[in-house]
This record gives sequence, C-alpha cells and structure tokens, in this order.
Amino acid sequence: MSDPTLSELDLNNDSPLRDNILITQVDKLINWTRRSSVWPMTFGLACCAIEMMATGASSYDIDRFGAGPFRATPRQADLMIVAGTVSHKMAPRVKRLFDQMPEPKFVIAMGACTVSGGPYIKHGYHVLKGVDRIVPVDVYVPGCPPRPEALLEGLFRIQEKMERERILDRERKGARPKLLVE
Amino acid sequence: MNRQQLVDRIKAQFGDRVLEAVPDGLEPFVRVQAADWPALALFLRDQLGLDYLGCLTGIDRGKGQGLEAIYHLEKMDKDRLGIAVRIRVPYEAAEIPSVETVWRTADWHEREAWDLLGIRFTGHHNLVRILCAEDWEGHPLRKDYRSPDTYHGVKNNVV
Amino acid sequence: MSSDPVLTVPAAPSAGDLRTEEMLLNMGPQHPATHGVLRVVVRTDGEIVLDCEPHVGYLHRCFEKHCESVTVLQSVLYTDRLDYLTAMGNNWGFCLAIEKLFGPELVVPERAQYMRVICQELNRIASHLLAIGTYGMDIGAITPFLYCFREREKILGIFEAICGQRLNYNYIRPGGVAYDWDDRMVGMIKDFCGYFRPKVAEYDDLLSENEIFVRRTADVGVLPLATAIQYGCTGPVLRGSGVPRDLRKDQPYGIYDRFTFDVVVGKGEKGTVGDCFDRYICRMREMEQSISIVEQAINALPGGEYRSAKIKGKIRPPKGEAYTRIENSRGEVGFYVVSDGKEVLYRLKCRSPSFHNISVIPEISRGSMVADLIAIIGSMDIVLGEVDR
Repeated sequence: MSDPTLSELDLNNDSPLRDNILITQVDKLINWTRRSSVWPMTFGLACCAIEMMATGASSYDIDRFGAGPFRATPRQADLMIVAGTVSHKMAPRVKRLFDQMPEPKFVIAMGACTVSGGPYIKHGYHVLKGVDRIVPVDVYVPGCPPRPEALLEGLFRIQEKMERERILDRERKGARPKLLVE
Repeated sequence: MNRQQLVDRIKAQFGDRVLEAVPDGLEPFVRVQAADWPALALFLRDQLGLDYLGCLTGIDRGKGQGLEAIYHLEKMDKDRLGIAVRIRVPYEAAEIPSVETVWRTADWHEREAWDLLGIRFTGHHNLVRILCAEDWEGHPLRKDYRSPDTYHGVKNNVV
Repeated sequence: MSSDPVLTVPAAPSAGDLRTEEMLLNMGPQHPATHGVLRVVVRTDGEIVLDCEPHVGYLHRCFEKHCESVTVLQSVLYTDRLDYLTAMGNNWGFCLAIEKLFGPELVVPERAQYMRVICQELNRIASHLLAIGTYGMDIGAITPFLYCFREREKILGIFEAICGQRLNYNYIRPGGVAYDWDDRMVGMIKDFCGYFRPKVAEYDDLLSENEIFVRRTADVGVLPLATAIQYGCTGPVLRGSGVPRDLRKDQPYGIYDRFTFDVVVGKGEKGTVGDCFDRYICRMREMEQSISIVEQAINALPGGEYRSAKIKGKIRPPKGEAYTRIENSRGEVGFYVVSDGKEVLYRLKCRSPSFHNISVIPEISRGSMVADLIAIIGSMDIVLGEVDR
C-alpha cells in the first residue's frame, strides 16, 4: 500500500487522518513551545501599563511563565497586551502595530477601557469604545486596573488557546475573533 | 508687597483699562480687554516680577457672555505673590493676542485653549491642535458641543 | 578577474559620496522609553539632536468634559486617572478646591488631615520608586527596577488594605477620607517606616555611585533656572535647578506646617546644577524626607471622625470659583473649579506639571545625542495621563 499524497488526504473534513497520531504529537510539541515563550509587546498606554509592569516585576513575575521578555518591536512579539485607554488619535497606531506583528498573533484587551471604553464610555468623545473595534481581541481582562493575577489569568487563557491550535489548520478557522462593527 | 498694593500699581499704570479688580476673596483677579493684554503682560512680568504663568484656563461662560481666558500669574519666590487676569471675548470674535513671547508656558496652553474652546490667539507661531486628533472637528469644551457619532468609520457614541 | 563584481576591490569613498543630510526620527508613540504615549519627532544630524518636537494628545480622555457631566463625588475617580502614579495627590487637590468653595463652614477633621498627609507621602514614595526604577531601566540598569517594585508592592499592599485598590484609589473625598483605619493598617504603616529607611541606601549603592549611571546623567540636559521658570516647570525639575520651591513649605495646605522636613535642592554634585543627575537625586532624597513625614504623622495620629459631618449624601458646592494647588510628586497640580451651586460642576480645569515639563524638553536637548534625549525624557518623570487629561 503506497502512502496517500497530501492532496489526496481529506484534511478539511473530519477524516480520521486529521487526527493522525503523528501530526497530533507535532501539534503538541509546537504548541508547547509556543505557549511556553509567549513574548508580549510593550504596549502600555495608561494606568493599566503600571499593573503590567508590576506583573513583570519581582512580586508577580510573568517571566516564570515564559512571557518575561517584553519586546519593543512588533516584529518579534507574539502577544499584544493593549493596556490602557485607546484614544482616537492613538487608534491608527494600534492598528498599524497589530498589522506589523507576524502570525500567529494574539491580543489581550487589558482593563475596562480596552474592553468597552471603561469609565469614559459615556462622555469620552475622544476615547475608542473598546479596542475590539479595530483589532480582533482574543482575551478580555476586565478591571480598572486589573490585578496582576488577573493579567496572569488572561495569559493562561491565551496559552490554552495556543494549545488548541493545529498546524494543518492554516486558516485557523474560527480561531481569529471578529471585530466589533455595530 | 501684598496683593492690594499689586492691584493698586496695576490700576495706577492702566487706569480705566482695568475693567474690574478684585484684590481679595476666594479668587482675586483683574479684568482687561483683549487689546490691552500684551501691554499688561509685559508690565506684570517686567515691572512687578510675575515671572511664572501657572495656569491658563479657558471657559465657555454661556450664551450672551462669550468665552473667557483666565491667566494665573505668580512670582516664583518664597511668598508666591500673584494675581489672576481675566479676558472675555465674544463668540463671533474670539481672539486674544498671544503672550507666548512673554511667558513660554503660554505656548502650549494657548494651543490647548484653541483646541478645546476655539479661542484664537493672534500672533502664536503654531496654533494647531495639541490634545485632540489633528483632523478633529469642533471645540469639545464648548457648551453646545456634540460628540461625533462616528470617527473614521468607528462608532463613537455608544451610550 | 577584474570584471568579477565580487572580487573587485571598490574604490575608497570620497567626501562627496557621504550623505550628511539631516534625518527626521520618529520616537513613539509606542516606545519603551517614552513613559507612555508620547511622540517625539527628532531632527538629527547623525547622532546629534538638532531639534525635537513633542506631540502629545494620544491619551486625551476628555477629563474636563467628564467633570462637567458627572457629579462632584463621581469626578473624584476621574481625578485618580490623571496622574495615575500619585492618585492620592490628585484626589486631594480636587477636594481642596471643593472645600475652598465651601469656605470656613466646612472643617476637615484632624484625623482625616493626618490620614491625608500619610497617604500623600506614601504615594509620593511609591511614585518616586517607580520613577527611579524606570529611569534606571531607560539608562540600561534593569536591577533597580526590580528592587524598587519590591518596595512599591509593600506600599500598594497598605493602600489595598485601606481602600481596596492598588492604583486608582478614589480615597480622599471632599470633607475627609472615604474609610477609617483600624489597628492593623496603622501597624502596617509603622512597620513600613522601619523597613524602608535602609532600602534607600541600597538604591544609592546601585545607582547614585554607579560610574555608568553618573556618566550618562551628569552634565546632560542642563536646565537653567530662568528657563525652568519661564516654561512653568515645578517639582523636582525646578528644585533640581537649584531653588527650594515647594508648596508644602511656601504655601502649606492641610497640616504640612506641623511637620519638620527639608526641601531637597539640586547642587550639581556630580556635574552641573540642573542636570539629569540633580533631578534624579532630588527624587531619591525626597523619599527620605517623605518617610520621615510619615513617621511623624503616624505617631501623632489622633482619634475622631474621618469625614466631615457637613458633607453627607449629595455634594452641592456653593456658587463660586476657586483655584488651589498642591505639591504632587511631579510638581504643582492645580485645580480651577467653577461651580454654579449644582451637583455637577460648571467647569474644572486641571493644571498638570508634566504638561510643562515636556514642553521644556526641546529647549534643553539641542546639541545632545539621541541617547541623551532618552536620559532627559526619563529625568523629567512624565505621566501622560495628566499631560493629555
């Protein structure tokens, strides 16, 4: 019996070959390496940035989960933690930096302001009401500001999301969240 | 010198051009017309030694009253003697001469007052928006301002 | 072989080949060393800065519009988010302005006055710790950052015990403070006083005597006194240039006149008066003065009410206008409040020290190198929340 070629493998349906034991082990290995070294981008905008710094500092130490090196450039980062209020003046820069990140990339919306506008939702004419209007958000961490433990929990949810990835699922069907357009 | 003497010296120099002078109370101030402001500014800085502009507040006083700029000036020494200067201008001709060459602080403060209230400071070298986005429309701190419904396609008023 | 492009030796460059025009370099608004969303457009000639122009407004959160739309008590939490590193100070400044409108009929109880001073000085220490830690990180020393945050966590633990929040406290309210303290919290503060004093010596060892740190900050970004006053600089930026101007001594508010402390002034120890090192050392020594004030206050803390009985429920300041200032960690924070007797203020303007401290950066960075520009911005200790409001 000759091995079927890749084109003959019906990978997009629920065929048993998709969960072939060889590929799942490769999936597990790659996902383990990815989630053990999630490198965030320094994107502290406002008060939540201070709690993000506290998470990176000695008492809460995000480095023990592999997410210690905060990269300043988006080209080397896996994760964009949008920490702080996004104003309309800043929004195009957020979008541009997100676009510059290479795949696979994830976004944590940290703090009430990035989730939905926070305390500025009613009278803030210059505040973007939630960063999910311009970039797709994977995990929302509410709080004003969220405790460092809450941010770490958000990081764990991102790691769980990474565990569910498959290398053969190139388009990551359903994995990329939607933008809020209402 | 105390504040009463400060106000007396201003009144001695400018006479009728001082429209209102309140030397004590919660908020001591003098009021002048916009046209007299440059001369008063130089007098305050050079003759009376008020070298520190603490704050420039712009206020929309409402219909029939117009816009107002309030300058808090002070001498930066142990006593911190100072006075506030108020200048009121009507909505249709909201122009005040710039004093950025007298106190460098005024440079950015005047830009902010222009951005948020629409008071035009004549003679300013670079009167552009400082806080709001460059293509923002309207002056947000005016009482009749309405926040835009969308901005570059993104919904703004959600509540 | 001579026609092979790889092996042919290129001709030596002549002066005409070298391009030496100026370059426009954009720093920020996303940048690891701009302390927030600050954008600086720098015109450089190679490594030398010819001119720079700061652009602010990337964090404009419409604070003043909010204070015209929500009640006085709700405005207190928006003042927290101005200078989010010294939220207690902003709260206090706003409450002083409201209390000034009420006049002598509103008396803040003694216990609340002491609590306010203790909170403000602890917050000043926390803010300076962060300023020094991140300044070291900007220069390249990562270790002080971790040490400073260790102490900062202790202070944040105290604040969490007294008001439930680590960062935006909403604690100092018009008429007093929001919650009372019990013995456990007083014990925590007393323990911290004993714990903190030797730590400042640790930071001195790490940074103040460090050859690299001194070489990068001494004689860099010298701010002459006249320029500082012209641009409206206050706080450690002004005191670093040699004058002991501190509102806690010049125009004491609250009960600051009861405490003994020195005003730290830059003396040009390592270089010129008014350089980056002077501003840094002002903050370092101010932490020592602040812990001494906390010790004096916590040992004299009286019993009694923590909030004035006059202000209960809705707060309707009497009609009037008032301008008050306090000495926050970065300088003078001023609040100009206009009330027409209603629950919602007519106008509130916040005068922030970082707004002025940024505006002086172009003046003092001409002719320095790009790396020095980073040191200068870090020494100004800016917080964009209060610049953009």
